[in-house]
Amino acid sequence: MEHPFAITLDAGTSLINHTGSWRTLRPEYVHRLPPCNHACPAGEDIQGWLAYAESGDYEAAWRALTENNPLPAVMGRVCYHPCETACNRAVLDSSVGINSVERFLGDLAIKNGWRFAAPPAATGKKVLVVGAGPSGLSAAYHLARLGHGVTIQEAGPAPGGMMRFGIPKYRLPRDVLDAEVRRIEELGVVFNYNAKVANIAEAMAAGGFDAAFLAVGAHIAKRAYIPAGEAAKVLDAVAVLRSMEGEDKPLLGRKVVIYGGGNTALDVARTAKRLGAEEAVIVYRRTRDRMPAHDFEVEEAIEEGVMMKWLSTIRNVEAGSITVEKMALDDKGFPQPTGEFETLQADSVVLALGQDVDLSLLQGVPGLEVRDGVVQVGPNMMTGVAGIFAGGDMVPSERTVTVAVGHGKKAARHIDAWLRGGTYAPAPKHEIAAADKLNTWYYGEAPKTLRPILETARRTSTFEEVVQGLDEGNALYEARRCLSCGNCFECDNCYGVCPDNAVIKLGPGMGFEFNLDYCKGCGICAQECPCGAIQMIPEAI
Amino acid sequence: MTPPVTTLAPEEAVQKLKYYQKGTFTVGNRLVAEEQRTVQASQARSNALTCGHRACQGCGEALGARYAIDAAMRATNNNLIAVNATGCLEVFTTPYPESSWQLPWLHSLFGNAAAVATGVAAAMRVKKRPEVRVIAQGGDGGTTDIGFQCLSGMFERNDDVLYICYDNEGYMNTGVQRSSATPPTARTATTPVLGPEPGNVFGTGKSVPKIAVAHNIPYVATATVADLHDLERKVIKAMSIHGARYIQINVPCPLGWGSASHDTIRLARLAVECGLYPIFEAEHGKVTQVRKIRRKVPVQDYLKLQRRFAHLFKGGHEDPRIARLQAICDANIAEYGLVDVTGRDG
Amino acid sequence: MLKQVEGSHAMAEAIALCRPEVICAYPITPQTHIVEGLGELVKEGALVDCEFINVESEFAALSVAIGASAAGARAYTATASQGLLFMAEAVYNASGLGLPIVMTLGNRAIGAPINIWNDHSDAMSMRDAGWLQLFAETNQEAVDLHIQAFKLAEELSMPVMVCVDGFILTHAVERIDIPTQQQVDAYLPPYDPVQVLDPAEPASIGAMVGPEAFTEVRFLAHYKQTLALKLIPEFSAEFAKGFGRETGGLLRSYRAEDADMLVVAMGSVCGTIKDTIDEMRDDGIRIGLVVIVSFRPFPVEALRNALAGAKDVVVVEKSIAVGMGGQLANNVDASLRNLPRPPRLHSSVAGLGGRPITRTSLHHLFRQASVQPWEGTNFLDLNERVVGREIHRTRKTRRSGPTAENILRQLAKSVPPAAE
Repeated sequence: MEHPFAITLDAGTSLINHTGSWRTLRPEYVHRLPPCNHACPAGEDIQGWLAYAESGDYEAAWRALTENNPLPAVMGRVCYHPCETACNRAVLDSSVGINSVERFLGDLAIKNGWRFAAPPAATGKKVLVVGAGPSGLSAAYHLARLGHGVTIQEAGPAPGGMMRFGIPKYRLPRDVLDAEVRRIEELGVVFNYNAKVANIAEAMAAGGFDAAFLAVGAHIAKRAYIPAGEAAKVLDAVAVLRSMEGEDKPLLGRKVVIYGGGNTALDVARTAKRLGAEEAVIVYRRTRDRMPAHDFEVEEAIEEGVMMKWLSTIRNVEAGSITVEKMALDDKGFPQPTGEFETLQADSVVLALGQDVDLSLLQGVPGLEVRDGVVQVGPNMMTGVAGIFAGGDMVPSERTVTVAVGHGKKAARHIDAWLRGGTYAPAPKHEIAAADKLNTWYYGEAPKTLRPILETARRTSTFEEVVQGLDEGNALYEARRCLSCGNCFECDNCYGVCPDNAVIKLGPGMGFEFNLDYCKGCGICAQECPCGAIQMIPEAI
Repeated sequence: MTPPVTTLAPEEAVQKLKYYQKGTFTVGNRLVAEEQRTVQASQARSNALTCGHRACQGCGEALGARYAIDAAMRATNNNLIAVNATGCLEVFTTPYPESSWQLPWLHSLFGNAAAVATGVAAAMRVKKRPEVRVIAQGGDGGTTDIGFQCLSGMFERNDDVLYICYDNEGYMNTGVQRSSATPPTARTATTPVLGPEPGNVFGTGKSVPKIAVAHNIPYVATATVADLHDLERKVIKAMSIHGARYIQINVPCPLGWGSASHDTIRLARLAVECGLYPIFEAEHGKVTQVRKIRRKVPVQDYLKLQRRFAHLFKGGHEDPRIARLQAICDANIAEYGLVDVTGRDG
Repeated sequence: MLKQVEGSHAMAEAIALCRPEVICAYPITPQTHIVEGLGELVKEGALVDCEFINVESEFAALSVAIGASAAGARAYTATASQGLLFMAEAVYNASGLGLPIVMTLGNRAIGAPINIWNDHSDAMSMRDAGWLQLFAETNQEAVDLHIQAFKLAEELSMPVMVCVDGFILTHAVERIDIPTQQQVDAYLPPYDPVQVLDPAEPASIGAMVGPEAFTEVRFLAHYKQTLALKLIPEFSAEFAKGFGRETGGLLRSYRAEDADMLVVAMGSVCGTIKDTIDEMRDDGIRIGLVVIVSFRPFPVEALRNALAGAKDVVVVEKSIAVGMGGQLANNVDASLRNLPRPPRLHSSVAGLGGRPITRTSLHHLFRQASVQPWEGTNFLDLNERVVGREIHRTRKTRRSGPTAENILRQLAKSVPPAAE
């Protein structure tokens, strides 16, 4: 349109004025490491799979999850979820129920019969995995997906290791475990049961294996010297829990004393209650807050009627009774004997004092270093012997299923690289998206969804699973509580809050771009980004 | 940390699906339905105030104007004419030879935007173009001071105009002088930090939203650039109503307030959350809705980010004027019921 | 149609015939009857498709008209005196934006001292505001000028002020020929704006213009007024054809053919001046009159041609640029500039604040101009005794109080000057 001179201007003509030249700071989209991912011993991309779950695409979520961990249904039950401890949502209300969503996905995958994608073309390399526990299963899964031929030699009669012979059914139903193991088997992994490896070097040579991953776990119960009468019934926790898998259930009597303060002690006590014990008493030399067991398990046990005897050590075991000495904590928090004794009725005493590794298969292998009862490995999970890697409870680390699964994955990647004549270098980690990087204003109030808990009456009489799963509705709700710390979730804030329209929205799934022709560098986008995915950097002038 | 252990009845365990975990307060969100996102989230937003304008870095008014006009553009299917009072918004958008506006726009004078808009609306009526709607807009100086008579006249005649005041609490275009919207103790070029009562004096100023309510016009609202959903809802609602309407939007000014350019929205948020800037709407003379405070903060949290209040934090002791400002916040909270006494924010 | 009617009402009828679409009304004497008349026409349904808006001030009145005009509506308002000053900012703005608003100015003095009677101070205060200013000599011309004003304004896209003497014209009841709607429609096409606020073609009107283009903007405004110098006579001639009477134009002469002395004046006083001239002609004095209709644009060339043959030019005007003299005289002086033998220019300020300009005084003035010309500005019928005393008193007394009230007090004590 023709206009009167100067007084009237054409619409939108200011586009020729590139205000980007005013800028001294430049915004930049960044990725920061979510604390959940950082905390996950199995190296899961939790935020990544939650993002799929948030959109209701559960299969994609499960597939993203199983990129790193083949056992989500197991993990969703037995993992102590350090991710939730690290979760930034706790500063807002409470952490995201990551573990419950993981279980939901795992269960849904079993229900829907989702299977892993077939492995790529075979590399022709053969890897021996010793032990079908979480670490061995994880390594076998990852190696198979990398195209290697994998054989698992398992000493026991069934797969799962401690997941089967240590964790009670009410925490991990066996059909769940079996379903997830079966899926790994379907990748072509060969499982040999009741096939204890006596000598690793011989086994490798005999089978023509190019590499081995050792993950035999820690199954030998630690003993403590306690004077005991002949008729006294003293058992160890590993044996009791293992025998739960057999035909003959352990005979523990009406009054059972469990000695120890770890999760295994609790497992035994709760198992004893379910087997009909009138009393299950945990005797522990320190106080509750110093117990290594997880607090929620202690709480569940107390609900089920398990009794606790704090600050006590067993001095003597006789038939039908035990003598305990009361302890007192000294200045440093160590328990010291008081000389005060007490007698408790006990039909049996179960020792839950920790486990040792059976290292017999390593005898005669030169170069292997064993220290403090565990095998020493390098940062690449390789032992002192080239081609022999190890992980799980038999190497120095925290002994949890999740850590073991993480070892399996890590070892698999290094074994793969080693087999290919190279080294595996993990991608450098981004800076952690700590809570102070977030603008939590933008997240709505959404309290955590609690998983339904089985009624106490049924819990003490049956081995039904105590903690129930989420249904789709609340799993979705829970997934959507994720703050997406450190990574853009396309909330459109930057696009909306820019006073200069200098953010270009590229469209769903494609994110945003800064239009530096107009960006004046005010920094509102970075300040108002909910998840800390924008940073301001000085402009080179 | 002890996770709470609760036994939930099965019907309780199935929670209703809610989409507010993300996106309630954000501009948009890939997970919510298109209609639940803001106008600003849309790639097709009109950008009525487009790039290349000469507003300062972090300008709240530039942001507020685009928010409001884009929402009105959507509400009217782009049949919108804007009349602009003299001031920052006018100067930074239309210096010859470039305009940042992408809708028909008219600037006449500092004090007559409401009347000019009345004329435009009258023209549209007489030309039988009822679909074309009119917005008048200006800063607080052009609204609460020099434009006040025209504004009141437009209100009482119930002319079909939405007047939007971008309130940055002073004459910023002329170099930060006091207006009748400047808060007490704030430093401006005409209320310097000198003498026994430094900054703007207590007991002065006026609430034009309240005065607008007293005109019994169909719609009055306050809004803030810190709550885009609320702002857009109000603009769209205002455009659904005929007659005189007034929306006053709190738009922080980094230059005039002495704040960091990145804190513009944060300050607008704190102004609401401390109670100093009540967000409400009124219809036909009655307050009908109040935006509750979500995370209450003491007024200091708002003040200390701004150099115009820096004198309140000098000398080590707690300046008694802070308590007087807090008393204003508390009075607003009580008057409008900004804090839910039964809610968690109480 | 001939009607015996009040001037204001006749103007209202004429304005209504121009089919204004937005009328902004705010009362101020002596213009009020015009907008009242228009209000009645709208209310009774005689004037349709018209928004009649009761605004809260003159500033708003013109502002509403600005908005309406920019949005493509034919806009009209009226004011006077203080009202014009109150809208002054908008007056400049309307012309700066090139909006063809027509406004009637019921000419009235400006206070203080507050005074509701006629003079031209208000029009003169806005003489440089960029508006065309047309002065009506009679109510018939007031009617006709409004019709021509709309046509001019819209052709040039510039606002036009039609100046009519307060009371003398606005409140005088006389015989006026009101045109028919057909006549007006044939003369005045619908408003076709050069630009308009339209969502279909968005533009930004009212930009900030800096030193790089401001001179050019002002030049173009000035250029438009020079175009008006051609258009005004054209439209006046066209009007004469359609309506059968010659009104408007830039200026017109009365008995000027052989005149030694030419009087220059604007507005209703020209009637009295013509009577005086007739009387003086009867006495054999070669005197004539040039009536200025278009004060803005000022018809420098036409006036020069009209005055070139005279020995004396006497400007009689109802306004004073305090500290300088009569504004009209100064403008006339500009048109005499550069003449090889320019006539002598005599400036008289008359009729301020509604004081009657009598034939007696004019006879005296014109005679004096030829036989005893004065220096500077003559104040017709100035009560020299009163001002002398006041000057003396204020010189004596520091706290002498307000001049206007003192003069009133003195006048009450003394006999009227005419009886002296």
